[in-house]
Amino acid sequence: MRDLRFTATGKRAEAPISVTETPVFFDEMRLSNGKCRDAYGRLDNWMSGIDPEFLLKRQKEAELLFRRIGITFAVYGETTPQERIIPFDVIPRLITAPEWGKLTAGLEQRVRTLNAFLSDIYGPAEVLRAGIVPPDLIYQNPAFRPEAKNIAPPGGVYVPIAGIDVVRVDADTFYVLEDNVRTPSGVSYMLENRETMMRLFPELFENHSIAPVDSYIDRLLATLKSIAPDGSGANPEVVILTPGPLNSAYYEHTFLADKLGVELVEGIDLFVREGFVYMRTTEGPRRVDVIYRRVDDDFMDPLTFRAESVLGVPGLMSAYRAGNVSLANAIGTGIADDKAIYTYMPDFVRFYLGEEPILKNVPTWRCREEDARIHVLENIGDLVVKEVDGSGGYGMLIGPKADEEEIETFRARIRAAPAKYIAQPTLSLSTCPTLANNAIQPRHVDLRPFVLTGSKGISIVPGGLTRVALREGSLVVNSSQGGGTKDTWVLHGG
Amino acid sequence: MLSRHANDLYWMARYVERADNLARILDATQHIASMPAAFSGNGNAWDSALASAACQDAFYRSYDRASRENVVAFLAFSAENPSSIRSCFEAARRNARSVRTALTIEVWDALNGAWLDIMSFDANQMLSQEFIRFLSWVKQSSLLIDGSAVRSMLRNDQFFFNQLGKYTERADNTARILDVKYHVLLPKDQPVGGGLDYYQWASILRAVSALTSYHWIYRDSLKPWLIADLLILRREMPRSLARCYANISELLTEIAQEYGEQGPSQSAARATYARLANQTMDNIFQRGLHEFLLDFIAENNRLGSRISEQYLS
Repeated sequence: MRDLRFTATGKRAEAPISVTETPVFFDEMRLSNGKCRDAYGRLDNWMSGIDPEFLLKRQKEAELLFRRIGITFAVYGETTPQERIIPFDVIPRLITAPEWGKLTAGLEQRVRTLNAFLSDIYGPAEVLRAGIVPPDLIYQNPAFRPEAKNIAPPGGVYVPIAGIDVVRVDADTFYVLEDNVRTPSGVSYMLENRETMMRLFPELFENHSIAPVDSYIDRLLATLKSIAPDGSGANPEVVILTPGPLNSAYYEHTFLADKLGVELVEGIDLFVREGFVYMRTTEGPRRVDVIYRRVDDDFMDPLTFRAESVLGVPGLMSAYRAGNVSLANAIGTGIADDKAIYTYMPDFVRFYLGEEPILKNVPTWRCREEDARIHVLENIGDLVVKEVDGSGGYGMLIGPKADEEEIETFRARIRAAPAKYIAQPTLSLSTCPTLANNAIQPRHVDLRPFVLTGSKGISIVPGGLTRVALREGSLVVNSSQGGGTKDTWVLHGG
Repeated sequence: MLSRHANDLYWMARYVERADNLARILDATQHIASMPAAFSGNGNAWDSALASAACQDAFYRSYDRASRENVVAFLAFSAENPSSIRSCFEAARRNARSVRTALTIEVWDALNGAWLDIMSFDANQMLSQEFIRFLSWVKQSSLLIDGSAVRSMLRNDQFFFNQLGKYTERADNTARILDVKYHVLLPKDQPVGGGLDYYQWASILRAVSALTSYHWIYRDSLKPWLIADLLILRREMPRSLARCYANISELLTEIAQEYGEQGPSQSAARATYARLANQTMDNIFQRGLHEFLLDFIAENNRLGSRISEQYLS
């Protein structure tokens, strides 16, 4: 459950985005003077020559395809056995090669930093000694896993698979909204959306030069094999661990297992004997080397974490600690995409890499710091104030929408416990042309590119999952809140 | 392959086969119940449908009387009865869903489609005509699911375990249908009980869709010992115990070859098959048809447990 405006956090020192009475949004196709941006020229021509009815028909075909293939997601709490499909918008989103080049450089830098931070925090913890981040933010954080301390994953890779959410605010600027480094999902939509677009609009693929995304599967398999423990042989056994068919992303788990040609296992299929992990097969136990797990830390091993979990594997942590099995992603990565820690990412880039951050954080005032606190208290009516450990919109104040009483309540709360609060401006997310209300209208979008890190380096497939807020004016792209997806085209050579 | 996946494929096929058998039993029951008592006998046809489906105990825990409405509700649509047609499709789909990677799109489509469609039948509006339409829909759906598996799945362990489930379930069902009616299937030298039993025999054949096959094989009018022969010993008959075990032994041999290892399931299946192949109806009647069938059902269950121990857990 994520609202684009409010989940991200950022850092105080960078210039906040100006908040105006009527926000002017950057449209990725059309400039404010009505002219079409170069990248969209061909698409604009094509769209102006066709009837929205035609697009609607294609949209229906796409939905039929999705339902047939079974690309569905379950919504928690719904009792009907029918799964839903995520609405698919047939108008692609375009990103030019130079834009993509800059974005990938920033993503690489970001993910290298995330891995460096995790190696450090579960190792020597130099970042604390250097005073970059307050120790209580780490050690009192529920996302920090003391059990993972001093376990070095193969090649030092904590985050083989990252889904970094970025938003665009103008022609040159992408902000990182969230670093998803636990069990990010959505890559099946990136791949299926492309398949579908190629079936529906072959003519568009002929007159655009679009970088293909289907190498993601091979890259993912290579990444997973590259982090196999030493001594697992030339062809390591990789499996995907799913919580099971009731999980909302189950379709994606089956999709990936199928494409990768690996077994899709549940906790009960695995067991640990003498420090190694095995799966139960019709031919007896078979050793498992790499587990691409889509199960949260808490449920991975009932002997170490939540005792009541039936999704995990008893004793898994002992095999992991002994270095006999690799986990993608590693245990404890959640500390790196935590909301409070996120605000320090630009400092981490400088600290670990000695570089200036290429991608910005959403500017954030941390109320624990005095000058930030003063600023927030003075400008609270224009800001969004959030609890650092809150989620899903709880414990939050939306300044422009709040009345005097609510504002006073929050002022008092911030004064009483400043460390619990951060504040951010409202973001002006970019818009893209989208089929809505039987016409083509601008709608807000975000982007989740997928970053793979193996022992031999980083690999980013040119594309990602674009999510679009289908309701007019809405900034909420989440699929449970009426969000849809689009195919994302990275234009090759221009 | 994962033991759990093999288990899911095996049970998926068992449930689909069970739904199909229930539809056939209900179809035959509907047929005999619509005849005047002078032809159909005194017994309650709907009660004997419950017996064939091995659901009597569970039924009488919820109902007093085996009326048509009650039995149809319980065997076809009840969500409480884990062996109702509805529950069978639900369980099959649940199995299929957790083994999606081992299924072809065709099989998933057929099964998922059946599950979505079953909602469109209203259990409370089952007049005879709708009910017959419903039953033929169930048979068609089962045919489509199994046919998709046979046509589209790779011939590897996944397919073998799936088909193993089908034949194990089928053998069990055929044996139960016979057992419920064993008292009307008399040895050759007994005087035939006149017109009354004739329709009972026909209903047995109807329940396994073998009325026409019977005539093709024997070119004779319905005789009870021939019906027993057809459903127990004749390998030409797709639902006979002998044919089911020919298929089961063959599938287990395929699995053993793929894995390079034989086990208790293979020897048990071969032993049962050999016994059926060397058996005569005279022998069976001498020992008692009822006893023979009870032994067979128990043996078939034991094979299920052996398969489960050897491969599925």
